[in-house]
Amino acid sequence: MKRELPLLITAIAGLVFAISYFIPHWPFGEAENIFGDWYSIIAAFAIWLGLLNLAQISLQKVARKSEGWQYGLITVISMLIMLVIGFTTVANSISDGTAHDADGTPYKWMYTHVYSALSATMFSMLAFFVASASYRAFRARSFESTLLLITAFFVMAGRVPLFDPMVSYLGLTDTPYFSEFADWIMSYANTAGQRAIMIGIALGITSSSLRVILGIERSHIGGDS
Amino acid sequence: MCFPRPRYRPPLALCSVFTALALLLSPGLSPITLAQDVAAASESDTLAPQAPPAPPAPPTDVVAADNPNDGGGAVLVTWTLSADDSNGGIDGYVVYRSTSPSGPFEKVGEAGSGKSKTTDNQTSDKIEYYYRVDAIRNYVDAAGEKALVAGASVPWGPVVSGPQWFNSGRTITLLLFLIVTFSILQFITQAKSGKSYLWILNVIFIAGLGIFVETPWILILIVVLGLSFFRKDIFGGAEIFVRKIAGIDAVEEAVGRATEMGKKIFFIPGIQDMNDVQTIAGMAILGRVAAVAAEYETWLEVPVSKSMVMVTARETMKEAYSKVGRPDLFQEAQVHFVTEDQFGYAAALDGMFIREKPAAIFYMGAFFAESLILAETGNEAGAIQIAGTAMPAQLPFFVAACDYTLIGEELFAASAYLSREPRQLGSLKGQDVGKAIFLSALVVGTIIVLVGSITELPDWMYLADYFRVQ
Repeated sequence: MKRELPLLITAIAGLVFAISYFIPHWPFGEAENIFGDWYSIIAAFAIWLGLLNLAQISLQKVARKSEGWQYGLITVISMLIMLVIGFTTVANSISDGTAHDADGTPYKWMYTHVYSALSATMFSMLAFFVASASYRAFRARSFESTLLLITAFFVMAGRVPLFDPMVSYLGLTDTPYFSEFADWIMSYANTAGQRAIMIGIALGITSSSLRVILGIERSHIGGDS
Repeated sequence: MCFPRPRYRPPLALCSVFTALALLLSPGLSPITLAQDVAAASESDTLAPQAPPAPPAPPTDVVAADNPNDGGGAVLVTWTLSADDSNGGIDGYVVYRSTSPSGPFEKVGEAGSGKSKTTDNQTSDKIEYYYRVDAIRNYVDAAGEKALVAGASVPWGPVVSGPQWFNSGRTITLLLFLIVTFSILQFITQAKSGKSYLWILNVIFIAGLGIFVETPWILILIVVLGLSFFRKDIFGGAEIFVRKIAGIDAVEEAVGRATEMGKKIFFIPGIQDMNDVQTIAGMAILGRVAAVAAEYETWLEVPVSKSMVMVTARETMKEAYSKVGRPDLFQEAQVHFVTEDQFGYAAALDGMFIREKPAAIFYMGAFFAESLILAETGNEAGAIQIAGTAMPAQLPFFVAACDYTLIGEELFAASAYLSREPRQLGSLKGQDVGKAIFLSALVVGTIIVLVGSITELPDWMYLADYFRVQ
């Protein structure tokens, strides 16, 4: 029963979702929203599982003084600070009748000056990683990688405002050939490749979903037996 | 098995020189040009008072009808453009609604000039409504305030909104979906019991296409052409062949490398929850990785960003460790929660990679901007990396930074490829039927568009329109 019940629920939910795409009438048309709401409720409670696990793992590290225990300590302290600030801000906002994320609240201050700054820092690092990954990917080691290098050169030449203005500045032509060629590569060669992958993905999702609905694929409930 | 990993540094100084050159040469980025643009924009904001213009001609033939193919609560309003629309004499249309033809009317929508329809999504079903559409023209009155003059249409009604039981706009999608679905089911049942007669249903669906499609022969030709590649499989039960997927075959090599080096393995299941099919596909691969890791007695760690993925991954690993007879090796701490935040997750994993220098890292699931941050750090840490995702935008990053990448459908095929279970392999064959239908559509479409473009014969041009992406 431990296996059969989840399989039955999966099959029914999967079929309802598939049908609801073609039937707009209530309740099918609203199935996605209804299931979505239930999913959000369950996921909200499940966050506590994650939080408790994070606290447990971090505290264990600190208690055992295992390698990198300092990071565990910082994690627990940060988590407690944010929880205390979050709860007190919400409590104050309820008693004052103000928004918990209004300017000037400790929660907003932490969000703007700590969380946003850290997120932006991580995201900014992407620029450097793109440069290093591109440098490695575009090395001309084979025919294919040379082709990729040449294509990438023309796409970049068309995307950055350097080559077309330079050609125009030299008086050769005012037609933006570099950007037109880059657009052509992106619209035809790149789109064709992307669509081939997308078609494969769509069919793969259909096939995987059918396997899950029929109970052939059981990895999401832990395996076969 | 252990190979040295050379490191390359990009010439950042060269990049800076190019950027500086670009800024200098690009007229659009010049500070002077930008300042001029701002000055011009603020000047145009100040408008002089005008005398009220004559009301524009009203739109005609206003018709309101229940919005088709929806769950109710919407009315589609259409009209013929105002006579002043073509000469720029109006600024747009305003749609009004009332429960009585004599009013009062309330504003429910707007449309720009040149537009002849809008949808009112705020109706209550089973109530009779009347609609009026005004062509409007804006001006600035003597007091300097914005005002408008309107040409009002004759109210139209009554109209009642309501839900539909079938979205007729998706009939062809449904038929094609059924053909692909029953092709997959055909091969699954055939793999299970040796024969299947589900292809008979497919014949019925193909006949259905003939009824619902305007030019049925093209679509039927495409579907029959696609299915014809599999005639032997459908009627003869030919053996199922699955091509080699290098990324999955490399799982053992990666785990072996970790065992030799005495280092741990990381498995990253992406940042989506268990409601994403990519995460489910990732769990199937985790089962295989966990089984090999258990056999080799190598530490496998799964840091997750969603609590429900944590629970599922634990069950999957427990099952895998038990299967190979090593349930004692599994510890719940191997699967642990990090954070739900995208970049917080990336930062935590980067730290783990740098500190712990894992021998192998698997990325299997749905990834977004963090994909390259993770993969480049893993590469820097010297790990052998195997990735798999169905996010097309992230695939190039994984291809550039990882040793092996499962591209799109390979991620979904991994479960069948690893299990070699006949029914799962059968589903792959059915999936190929869909691919063959799409390929046939591409071939037939290309021929029709080419012939249509070259000959310019009206019939071919008409057919070619079906295949042009709008």
